[in-house]
Amino acid sequence: MIWDGHAHIAGTGEKTPEAAMARLIVAADRMEIDRLVVSMGVSWTHDPSPDDLTRQNDQLLRALDHWNHRAFGLVYVSPKHVEASLREIDRCVRDGPMVGLKLWVAQRCDSPEADELAHRAEELQAVIFQHTWIKAGGNLPGESTPMDLAALASRRPEASFICGHGGGQWELGVRAVRSLSNVAVDLGGGDPTAGVVETAVRELGAERVLYGSDIPGRSFASQLGKVFSADLTEAQRALILGENLRRLLLPILRSKGVES
Amino acid sequence: MIDVNVSLSQWPFRRLANDEPERLVARLRSLGATEAWAGNFDALLHRDFAAVNARTAEICRRFGDGLLRPVGALNPTLPDWREDLRRCAEVHATRAVRLHPNYHGYGLDHPAFAELLDEAGRRGLIVQIALRMEDERCAHPLFKDLTATDPAPLVPLLDRPGRPKIVLLNALKNAAGGGIPRPLLEAENVWLDIAMLEGMEALGRLVDQLGSDRILFGSHAPFFAPEAAKLKLKESPLSPENAEAIQRGNAHRLLAR
Repeated sequence: MIWDGHAHIAGTGEKTPEAAMARLIVAADRMEIDRLVVSMGVSWTHDPSPDDLTRQNDQLLRALDHWNHRAFGLVYVSPKHVEASLREIDRCVRDGPMVGLKLWVAQRCDSPEADELAHRAEELQAVIFQHTWIKAGGNLPGESTPMDLAALASRRPEASFICGHGGGQWELGVRAVRSLSNVAVDLGGGDPTAGVVETAVRELGAERVLYGSDIPGRSFASQLGKVFSADLTEAQRALILGENLRRLLLPILRSKGVES
Repeated sequence: MIDVNVSLSQWPFRRLANDEPERLVARLRSLGATEAWAGNFDALLHRDFAAVNARTAEICRRFGDGLLRPVGALNPTLPDWREDLRRCAEVHATRAVRLHPNYHGYGLDHPAFAELLDEAGRRGLIVQIALRMEDERCAHPLFKDLTATDPAPLVPLLDRPGRPKIVLLNALKNAAGGGIPRPLLEAENVWLDIAMLEGMEALGRLVDQLGSDRILFGSHAPFFAPEAAKLKLKESPLSPENAEAIQRGNAHRLLAR
């Protein structure tokens, strides 16, 4: 069972959300991937307005419409627009099919505004996927580091967080979230550097490590290669490839009556 | 399968699971490799290239029963680099040399680089140019300003009399060939490996654009998990002919003098 926790409909080369989703599924089938967790729309901005958040979430809802048996959605929100984001959470998660939140690079997540979004996610048992990077040349102004996420996660111990990209520089990212049992790390979106999986498993335990690809900007191949190449037991590999993500999503899926 | 992008010894900033030759050979063989063109991580920061190349040749002789094909390291800004080149060709019997211009602090517009191309072309040596070794965003703080080598100055050098065979390693980051001038993508004497190629079905899209005859299988092992490159062939719907060319045939033809 392979569940990919990090996918997008932007950048497939297709013109509509529906076609983009269909294209993702074709490639996922070729790689024997069972489920995709998808976020954001067909074109992105670093600092989306409330209208842009709604537009992108609408696009994702269209993309998911015929693929509820294969894909789950994360509602795109921004700490810069708390009220609008809370409305989007209610619309897309509480009253819609989505199962979590996606925060990108509009504002660093150690801000108090992010706490309000995390609190709402906690109430709905929704996971929170936060993009994180530690870039050698410096982050974008609103781009979170794993240390920012650690600060938020320590304030919201009941919420469930995913540290996107493992912080990019994963040797540092893993350390930053090591002490926080409510944070799992996403393996997606970086080069298939040898050692990333083993390091995460050694420091966090296999239960806190999630396969994800960041498709279509990345390939399924390079990201799966990290997990298939890693020196793991088969039980650990199964956890990372899908069982952990399924476990994290199970409460909200059950609340929605979704078979998984 | 012929892997044209493998390195021996240790990555300077981290131990890798397969940075011992026995383990590297075993891993590559398990994936179906029949040949691996092996450079040496030591060439990034060491200055004694004669010693680096001697070690590379020795490791390739001792391990792998012929799997490892030595690739010599050269830096044309070092004094008497021609002697390093001569030893590669005449003592170590290498068929290829590998350059790391960004680590060695020169651009491809350096006059010595053109001289190296001429000399390599005259000797029939393949010139591998590693444009980068890792995602610049992940660099050690001391190397945060180290950018990838700009391949553009190579364009006017392609038709030099020696007609060197040039392989750009770690150059392609997506199927559009972003950052690589079109003349290089289309040149008959320039080949590209897939180690850093990214994007959904990217290899298939690349073949649609460039054809398959100058695309080489390269894994960048052991720094990268070699399974990643192998799986790229599964992710894209390739004809058996194209898959064979990328995995073996193109490298085989490249070696033919």
